[in-house]
Amino acid sequence: MDSLTLIAVASIVSAAFCISIGSIGPALGEGRALAMALNSIAQQPDETNTITRTLFVGLAMVESTAIYCFVVSMILIFANPFWNYFLSKIGG
Amino acid sequence: MRLSPDSIVFFENTFIPLNGTILFTWLVMALLTLGSWFVTRRLSTGPHVPRWQNLIEIIITLLLGQIREVTRQEPRPFLPFIGTLFIFIAVCNLLSIIPGFQAPTGSLSTTAGLAICVMVAVPLFGIQDSGVGAYLKNYIKPTPMMLPFNVIGEISRTLALAVRLFGNVMSSGMIGGILLAIAPLIFPVIMQMLGLLTGIVQAYIFAILAAVYIAAGLQVHEEQAAKVEKS
Repeated sequence: MDSLTLIAVASIVSAAFCISIGSIGPALGEGRALAMALNSIAQQPDETNTITRTLFVGLAMVESTAIYCFVVSMILIFANPFWNYFLSKIGG
Repeated sequence: MRLSPDSIVFFENTFIPLNGTILFTWLVMALLTLGSWFVTRRLSTGPHVPRWQNLIEIIITLLLGQIREVTRQEPRPFLPFIGTLFIFIAVCNLLSIIPGFQAPTGSLSTTAGLAICVMVAVPLFGIQDSGVGAYLKNYIKPTPMMLPFNVIGEISRTLALAVRLFGNVMSSGMIGGILLAIAPLIFPVIMQMLGLLTGIVQAYIFAILAAVYIAAGLQVHEEQAAKVEKS
């Protein structure tokens, strides 16, 4: 297998693994946060607005890790420096 | 497969490329500006309020309420910036239901620009509120060893703001395109409805996070005011 094929295979496989494994943790965490928020809304319905707003801000924070994994996957697929380098060498 | 409106190129010069993102952004800007100008030409405070003025008043009242609750301060100084963020992103995402319109927030350039605006606005509001020295002391607040972590935290939350909005809008557009090839007729419509919902939610999250970051930079002022009140 020449290096171009190897890079392509490695990039594709690692991009898939990156986003699939990386989104498990944040999804579980967000589900937990949502469950707790629903619990507290049931206990104190008057504070629904504050609880909802805090929930959204917290979810945005927790989602950051999933976003970092997504960015790495996108870079591997669409802006892969190794692929571009070897492609330019083949072409040039 | 088109990833973002950046790849629709209308006109290419050595200086200024005109691609789809810029064109659609201009469209949204023109729509918002002309629409607001038309509505506010004849404002009335009487018992009979025209319906578009009513709509704009509702939006402004909601925004003021949300900013007041998040920042726990007078919301007027923050309304132009945070209100514009929310309304621009919401209109961009909502207009994606029009065929042929690609939401400019589906391009990393737009969302990065908006996130950089927030990153610049946080120190601006903080310095305007409490002075340069007091604001910069915020960075060494718990201990001076936290300085690199605070700076890295600022940069990473800006990056997260940009990529969160970009990822949500781009993926909702892309999944519609993919589903059209697999299961047309009903399912893409449902996914488009979900795309509208996430568009509004992401606009709200962007604006509220901007308000939270700005309010966090203002904390110094609020504690000092509380101390002055107690003494």
